[in-house]
Amino acid sequence: MSTVNGTTPVEKIDFSSDQEVRWCPGCGDYSILKQVETLLSQSGRKKEEVVFISGIGCSSRFPYYLDTYGLHGIHGRAPAIVSGLRSVRPELSVWMITGDGDALSIGGNHIIHLLRRNVDVNVLLFNNEIYGLTKGQYSPTSPEGAITRSTPMGSTDHPFNPLALVKGADGTFIARSMDRDPKHMREVLARADAHRGTSLVEIYQNCNVFNDGAFEVFTEKASKPEHTLFVEQGKPLTFANGTKGICIKEMKPRIIDIGPDFSPNDCWIHDERDNFKASILVRLFEDPRHEGAFPRPFGVFYVADRPTHEEKLQGQVKRAKEVKGVGDLDALLNGGHTWTIG
Amino acid sequence: MSTTTLKTKPVESRQNVVILFAGDSGDGIQLTGSQFTDSSALFGNDVSTFPNFPAEIRAPQGTLAGVSGFQLHFGSVEVWTPGDQCDVLVVMNAAALKANLHKLKPGGTIIANTDGFDKKNLRLAGYIDEADPLTDASLAHYRLHSVDITKLTRAALEGLTLGMKEKDRCKNMFVLGFINWMFNRGMDNSERFLQQKFGKKPDLLEANLRALKAGYHFGDTSETFTTRFEVKPAPMPKGTYRSITGNQGTALGLIAGAQKAGLDLFYGSYPITPASDILHELSKHKNFGVITFQAEDEIAAISSAIGASYGGALGITASSGPGIALKTEAMGLAFMLEIPLVIVNVQRGGPSTGLPTKTEQADLWQAVHGRNGEAPIPVIAASTPIDCFDMAFEAVQLALEHMTPVILLTDGYIANGAEPWRFPAAKDLPAITPPTVIAKGDEEEVKRSLADLHDASGKFLPYIRDERGVRPWALPGQPGLQHRIGGIEKQDRTGNISYEPKNHELMVKLRAEKVARIADRFKPIRLDSGPTEGEVLIVGWGSTYGSIRTAALELQAEGVSVAHVHLRHLFPFNKGLGPLLKNYKRVLLPEMNSGQLRQLLRAEFLVDIHGLNKIQGLPFTSAEIKEAVLNLMKP
Repeated sequence: MSTVNGTTPVEKIDFSSDQEVRWCPGCGDYSILKQVETLLSQSGRKKEEVVFISGIGCSSRFPYYLDTYGLHGIHGRAPAIVSGLRSVRPELSVWMITGDGDALSIGGNHIIHLLRRNVDVNVLLFNNEIYGLTKGQYSPTSPEGAITRSTPMGSTDHPFNPLALVKGADGTFIARSMDRDPKHMREVLARADAHRGTSLVEIYQNCNVFNDGAFEVFTEKASKPEHTLFVEQGKPLTFANGTKGICIKEMKPRIIDIGPDFSPNDCWIHDERDNFKASILVRLFEDPRHEGAFPRPFGVFYVADRPTHEEKLQGQVKRAKEVKGVGDLDALLNGGHTWTIG
Repeated sequence: MSTTTLKTKPVESRQNVVILFAGDSGDGIQLTGSQFTDSSALFGNDVSTFPNFPAEIRAPQGTLAGVSGFQLHFGSVEVWTPGDQCDVLVVMNAAALKANLHKLKPGGTIIANTDGFDKKNLRLAGYIDEADPLTDASLAHYRLHSVDITKLTRAALEGLTLGMKEKDRCKNMFVLGFINWMFNRGMDNSERFLQQKFGKKPDLLEANLRALKAGYHFGDTSETFTTRFEVKPAPMPKGTYRSITGNQGTALGLIAGAQKAGLDLFYGSYPITPASDILHELSKHKNFGVITFQAEDEIAAISSAIGASYGGALGITASSGPGIALKTEAMGLAFMLEIPLVIVNVQRGGPSTGLPTKTEQADLWQAVHGRNGEAPIPVIAASTPIDCFDMAFEAVQLALEHMTPVILLTDGYIANGAEPWRFPAAKDLPAITPPTVIAKGDEEEVKRSLADLHDASGKFLPYIRDERGVRPWALPGQPGLQHRIGGIEKQDRTGNISYEPKNHELMVKLRAEKVARIADRFKPIRLDSGPTEGEVLIVGWGSTYGSIRTAALELQAEGVSVAHVHLRHLFPFNKGLGPLLKNYKRVLLPEMNSGQLRQLLRAEFLVDIHGLNKIQGLPFTSAEIKEAVLNLMKP
């Protein structure tokens, strides 16, 4: 994928399709659609070079709203469709739109393999901690005890920590953003787009109909400073308007008060290339209602360079052609071990 | 060494011979069998084989469950099946004899490895009181030759530094050498094979060559064998031949199809018996632009193939029954997208895990009906290992030229069986022309030059159709053709989401009509043999071909009014089939299931059809089919 030039747009292109957007009024998806459109139009990329692949769910209607190529697939299988497409068309810019149910429940087996293979695709995982299109059942990211239409007495399931799962599957680009912070989302998406390999961005997205306010504590002005941690490359991990920070002591993260005892220099300096620190960062996932809980990190947690799957596949085809010569059908049919009659 | 000149014993000529090699699944029986097949084919015989092995890689030694067999039918006449019963039975142990004796013709020859008949082996094979059939006269009606193959092999390898286990592994080459002698074959082909296989391991090469030669000389010098047999070359059509298994044929047919369409081939697959050999074969041919993708599961296998087809390659997936069941939803997606895709089902015994290494034709209904909603997909079937090539090629042709998923049915019997193939020249295979849209220039130019594919406002119409009902294949990357497709119901022509009731009905009909029209391109239906009207018509499909053909030809020679038609197109049917069925007083349909095609034909053509159904994981014998025809004709 070509690098995005975020500051000097080459040419503004309208990426909207002629289709009416049919999400519920007030849905967080609108904000994500807008940021993606803005990013694409600023990137100078041609519409025909972009493909959106999705599964099933509210988020997965996304491809219909963009004037690019698009395939609305079946539940959970978008990663597999993407893998096939990228294997044969590595020059295209491929985006995958999925949700917490689509990616982590029915498609759980595919997403982990997409990540380990490092297929070059930008995965936008809209996490709203609920099933929206089927009208309000708990999802694999709903907190334990969640009261939903299918769990009137509360969910008995322990939820996934999506980014820890991504890290466990050796994802090469791991990031988190939120629908209520468009600027941050745009920056993170631009980074994801520039990365070669599977870029997975978890986006906290509010479902105002079935799970309104699920991420309120991270998005509302009053609670946001205390409960969020925006990581930036080379900068200390500070939050609460710079009054608090996170340091690592005896291999464990700790919250410190910046002031007479500690300065920002005592904090953990974010290094998105640090594999082990990334493993700790994705684990800062405590219930914000608990006293002394770590703030929830946002931003680019981890970036690694690893050859993409399609590069390796195409490399083998290229090498086979070099070593054996471009396939000759007659030689193949002959097989090299024949006899003649007559 | 020119062993073929050592004709010291009389040679008896035979028209055709069936030989069955049987032993423990670790005895190397499959290799002995396939090598002797190779030599016979090179010699000019017509051949047909039936490898039959347990699902376990190494089932408990010496037990009936662990017996592996390889049956070869070779002749100076055309052969169509691996043979109903065998003339020669080679057994490496007591269990192999017990499991296979019923397949030996009365008076047939048994060659038994005495070392495999010790007390332990006799007990494991279930011989009561460990009674040894080699010595208790129970085999008096056969020509029994007891040979201590283990001892003779060890003796031949004396002085080599190999361990006893490795030496004993050469027993199968002793057997091959002996059989080469018995059927008056040269050793050149066997020796060449060993050179290739063990060229880099001189000690193993030496051991195997020694065992091979020891087997040959044993035949020549041992006094128990008084006669050798000769099966002269068959009068095969002139040409150059090779040997091919069904799975190889399928793989080559798929590659040939992709080449003739000028496309790269993407094969998404998850390992499963008996389809995995297609993956193995395709993965060797990357220089043909073949990408093989071993997916995380069956669903990802087909979904990745859909993604590849969407990108403009030829997407293919294959599996066997249980895996096909998992692919069902994605097949519906491919059907709904109207995208080219080939799905191969190498059938095995079902349901569920069923009989993984045994054959059956019980996935026909699954292929024809097994999807939600109305999703007719063309279903075609291969009848022989060679036919796997032809039908795989046709599957590619139909998928690409009609923008539809196509299901190709083969089965374990023909997938693993081999026969000589007079392979075609690449230039004689037809070109395949998918409805690919080629856009030139920028967006505005494309809209002008391809105005017939756009609406008045310049919007590309991905679901506009040609006279056959086929939509254009517009690949991502081209300006002016951006469009969205999906599994959700779409508006006619535009492809936009539509829940409009009348539109849904229209789309269901348009999709069905497109598939039905594929029958327009089929060649007129042709009888395989027999009169165009008469007493009995045998209708067959798939791997029953050889047995039915043999039965029909034999009955015709006996003056019975019987004809044979073999169906390759199971959905849609050949248009000539309905009238043909009505030209005979009775119709017989042998199937390795409980009557699946019979029900489809009855429903389609309202004719009565008699079933002959075998559900044992084994192919029909021609005798079974002959008997059924004669029974049907009884007043």
